[in-house]
Parts: sequence; C-alpha cells; structure tokens
Amino acid sequence: MRIDRTIIVLTAAMAALLAFTPFLPNWAMFLFTVSLCYGVVVLGMMLLVRTGLVSFGHGLYYCLGAYAAGTLEPLFGITELAVMIGSAVAVTAIVSAILALLLRKYRDIFFAMLSLAFSMILYGLLVKTSSLGSTDGFNVTVKTLFGLHIADTAYERYLIFALTVLICWTCAVLMHFYLKSHRGRLAEAIRDNELRVEYMGASVANTIHLHYVMSAVLAGLGGALMAVSVGHIDPEMAYWTTSGEFVFITILSGTGSVLAPFLGATIFESIRSFAYEYSPNTWQMALGITMLMVIMFLPGGLWSLFKRASRRVA
Amino acid sequence: MTTLVAVLVDGLIYSSWLFIMAIGLTLIYGVMKILNIAHGSLFALGAYTAASLAGHWFEQGYLPMGSYAIMLLAAILVGIVAGPLLERGLLRFMYGRDEIVLVLVTYATFLILEDFIKLVWGVDPYFLYQPYGLLGSFDIGELTYPNYNLLLLAMSVAIGGILAWTLTRTRYGKILIAVIHDREMAASQGVNVSLVYFVTFTLGAMLGALGGALTAPMISVQPGIGAETIVLAFAVVVIGGLGSLPGAALAALLVGIVRAATIHFRPELDLFSIYFVMAAVLIARPKGLFSAQEARKI
Repeated sequence: MRIDRTIIVLTAAMAALLAFTPFLPNWAMFLFTVSLCYGVVVLGMMLLVRTGLVSFGHGLYYCLGAYAAGTLEPLFGITELAVMIGSAVAVTAIVSAILALLLRKYRDIFFAMLSLAFSMILYGLLVKTSSLGSTDGFNVTVKTLFGLHIADTAYERYLIFALTVLICWTCAVLMHFYLKSHRGRLAEAIRDNELRVEYMGASVANTIHLHYVMSAVLAGLGGALMAVSVGHIDPEMAYWTTSGEFVFITILSGTGSVLAPFLGATIFESIRSFAYEYSPNTWQMALGITMLMVIMFLPGGLWSLFKRASRRVA
Repeated sequence: MTTLVAVLVDGLIYSSWLFIMAIGLTLIYGVMKILNIAHGSLFALGAYTAASLAGHWFEQGYLPMGSYAIMLLAAILVGIVAGPLLERGLLRFMYGRDEIVLVLVTYATFLILEDFIKLVWGVDPYFLYQPYGLLGSFDIGELTYPNYNLLLLAMSVAIGGILAWTLTRTRYGKILIAVIHDREMAASQGVNVSLVYFVTFTLGAMLGALGGALTAPMISVQPGIGAETIVLAFAVVVIGGLGSLPGAALAALLVGIVRAATIHFRPELDLFSIYFVMAAVLIARPKGLFSAQEARKI
C-alpha cells in the first residue's frame, strides 16, 4: 500500500512540534499556538473557497467558539478544557446548521455580505453586553483537562499546546481524506458549474450546507483553542477585519492541500509578530502588497510554489 | 411626541450621512461591478485631509466661513489624486476577473491605505469641531440641533438629485446606462468604456472623500474610522440592491430611522439593529430592495 505523502508530512510536523517545542522559548510556543489556531480556521475557509464561496464573516464562528468555551466558567462554573472545546463545537455546529439553511441560497458577493452581516450582529450584541466585559472582553480560566488538575502547574501551557496540536492534526487528516472522498471532490465541481453538478444528480444545496457547517465548526475550534491558549477573549474576534484576516490567509496559502492553511498561517503570524516588534505602522501595508502580489502573480497561493518545485524535481 | 419627532429628525440626519457614504460605493458597483472596500479608506483620507487643511485654515485666523470651501476642496483633492491612481495604477488590470477577486483586491488596497494614513497623519486623533457649530442651531420643541445637520441633509439631496438627473437626462448618463447594461456592446458602438470607468471611479472616490470631509467636524478623526464606516456603507448599498441609486436612498432612510429609533428606545441594540435590518432584507429579498433580474448562465 502506498502511503500518502501529505499524511507523512502532517504526522512528522506534529511529532516535531510536540517533541521540540518544550525546548523553545515561550514566544515561539505562543507563535506556533496562534498559527495552529488560525490554521484550523483557514482549513475550513479553504473548503468553502474550494466550493466557490468566500465568507467575509467567519469571525462569527471564531468568536462564537471562543465565547462558547469561555462563558462556561462565568455561567455554569465549568473549567474543564474538554467540555469547553466540546461546547464550542456543539454551539458552532448548531448555529451554522441553522444559518446555512439561508446562506446556501447565496453566492459570490451576496454570500460574503450576508455572512458579514451575521458576524456584525454578534459583534454588535457582544460590545453592548456589559456582563461579558463589552469591548474589553474577559479572561478565560481553565482548571482541569480530563479531570486532571492542570491550572498553575509547570506543564499547563504544554498540555494545552499539545492538545491544540493533536486537534489540528486530527482535523487536517480528516479533511485530507474528506477532500478525496466522493462528496469532497464535488467542491470544485460546484465552483466551476453548479448547474452541471445538479444535472449529474448531486445536490449542490446539501454539499454547500455540509461544507458550511464543517468550516464553521473548524472556525469554532480555532476560536476555542485560541481562547484557552491566550486566556482572554473580546468581541473583536467577530469584527469584520478578523474575518478579513482569515480570507487573507486563505488566499495567501492557496487551496491545493490541507498543509497549505497551516503553512500560510505560520508565515502570516511570523510576519505579524516581527512587524509588531519593528514597524507596527506598516504591517497592514505589507499585508496588502503581499495580497495584491499573490492575486496577480500566484493565483494558486503559496502552495502552488511548492507544487511547481516538486513537479520540476519529479 | 417629542421622542417621536426626535427619532424622525435624528433618523433623517443619520440617513443623509449614510446616503452620502453609500452613493459613491453604489455608483462604482453599478458601473464597474466592483464592491470597493477601499471606499472606507477614501472616506478616512477625506476626513484627515479636511481636518488638517481646515485646521490649518482656522489656525491662520482666516474667515471661518471659508472652512466649508476648504473641506470641499479637500474632498475634490483626494478624489482627483487617489481615484485616478487606484483606477489606472491597479484596478484596470483586474477588469474581467471575478467580482469576489475584485473585492479582495480592494480589500488589499484598503489595508495599504490604512497604514498609509497612519504614516502620514500618525495615530493621534485630529479634531475639527469649529464648522459644526459655526452655522448656529435650530429648535424643534425642546430639542436643539446644529444647523450643520441641515447642510448635511441639503448635500445629500443635492448629490442624489444631480446624480439622478445626470443619469436620466444627459448624454453622459445615457452612455453610462449603456455601459452598465452591456460593456462590450457599448464599446462596439464607439463608447470609450475605459474613459467611462476612469471618470466613474474618480467621481466615486471623490464622493467617498466628501463623505469623510463632511463627517470630520462631527467625530474625532482617528485610525479605524474607515473600517467602521465601510461596513455601514455596505449595509446600506446591499439593502438597497447593489448599484441602485433609489435603492441606496431608500435603504439609507430605512437604516437611519431604525437606528435612531433603537438609540432612543433600546440604546444597547444600536449596532445590532443595523445589521439585523441588513440580514432581514437580504433574507426576504436576496439581492436587495431594488435589484435587476439577471439571466442564469449555463
């Protein structure tokens, strides 16, 4: 049996992250954590873009996941990490399954704008909810992981990081197999020509619905993981500029492989942390110029560079 | 009773502001099919330019009334510099691409311009409060409103009127409508389509900057105003139906009055109400209130 190269790379990357990160300085672990959280959101965006849909409102699920995880403590006194993650998945799945009933009828700009409206509704509600800290947000507390007390222990940060890595690996592997499945392959067919897909007997609406929910759950996971890793959440997570960042990384990475989102997110986060350090006022400008370059010269995103290189070798 | 009047007056004022913001956006979309996120940056550029030019004007102690002319000049200046630069230097290479790709291109432009503004004007807020109070005020019952609001209302009516008149009654307007309906057919009849695009985009940019210049006296001009404004303008043009002039007017009225009512009765739902209206309208009429039927391509 031929072993899939993507799976090997993913597993190797996971092993390397788990093995070497404890020896890296704190900022590096933080960088990888944030990159993974963004990466898993972009993994979902990638599936949507493959289906031909660009959402300018995925901050909705990113934020919803974070709040679904974070509000468990103030509302119910729950501080178990596994329950927090589970709650994020459940809430985003339910909300997206309902909203998808509407959104699956929309395409192009109208899809982008309606999803933007939904995310801004959440933003508008959260900034006025003073019990959740309005625009300042609030701190998220984690005390246990599978019943094991981890708060304020030496390995707390590492355990959360390891969980993030494992979840991202699982999502990426599942997505990889999904994209090779019958329905997964429909995505690009729908982007190219919906009507023909319908003629051939596949349901465009169902596929879009499923992909929307999948991408929403991934965004919710990313948000929840970010909440527990950083320990703080605020409504800015639902603002349209956050959704814009996700779109940006998706375009930068390209949609060629499940590795691309994580690679793109890591590059994005590295540039961001260095730019914040050295030149905080030109960072968006650099982003904008990069984005224009990618749109003009690399329509397949950074991933197409790898593909080109590997083709040349082979 | 007073509350009701206040809601109507506040709503009308807010509507005229929204309309000025949205009109450039809907014009550019109608003609060029570009949903221009960078419109938010043009708004910010207009506000900053007006704030620094008019601020300088007041510092020099010139005739205070002249500041209105300076604000107008600032908007025109931004329009004729930034408009052609963006259209000739960037957007014209993108014509014919997917609408969503064009959204991404203007999003990239928005990011670039946001930092450009920070580099030129810094991150500290600018205040241009004088023109707001200069015109005196009027009373409705117990409520006092600065007359500046009337100027805003008059501007929005004038801009809307002139644009509607140009579109329906002049040669240029008819050419524009031909280009909107079928770009290639218009070109084959001898219309200089790239000139039409150039003029439209510059005009749209100018309107965005004018919105900013007129808003500058009412707010503190600081980073982030572009991002805030563009999503509001999006809400208005999407509700009205992308590219529709009467749609934008009606949507501005609707959003303005709904927002004024929420602020008076349930202030905590302020932002929520606007996007709620947007989502509700899109759900009921997927392409907005005034939208043209489109043929489905197989």
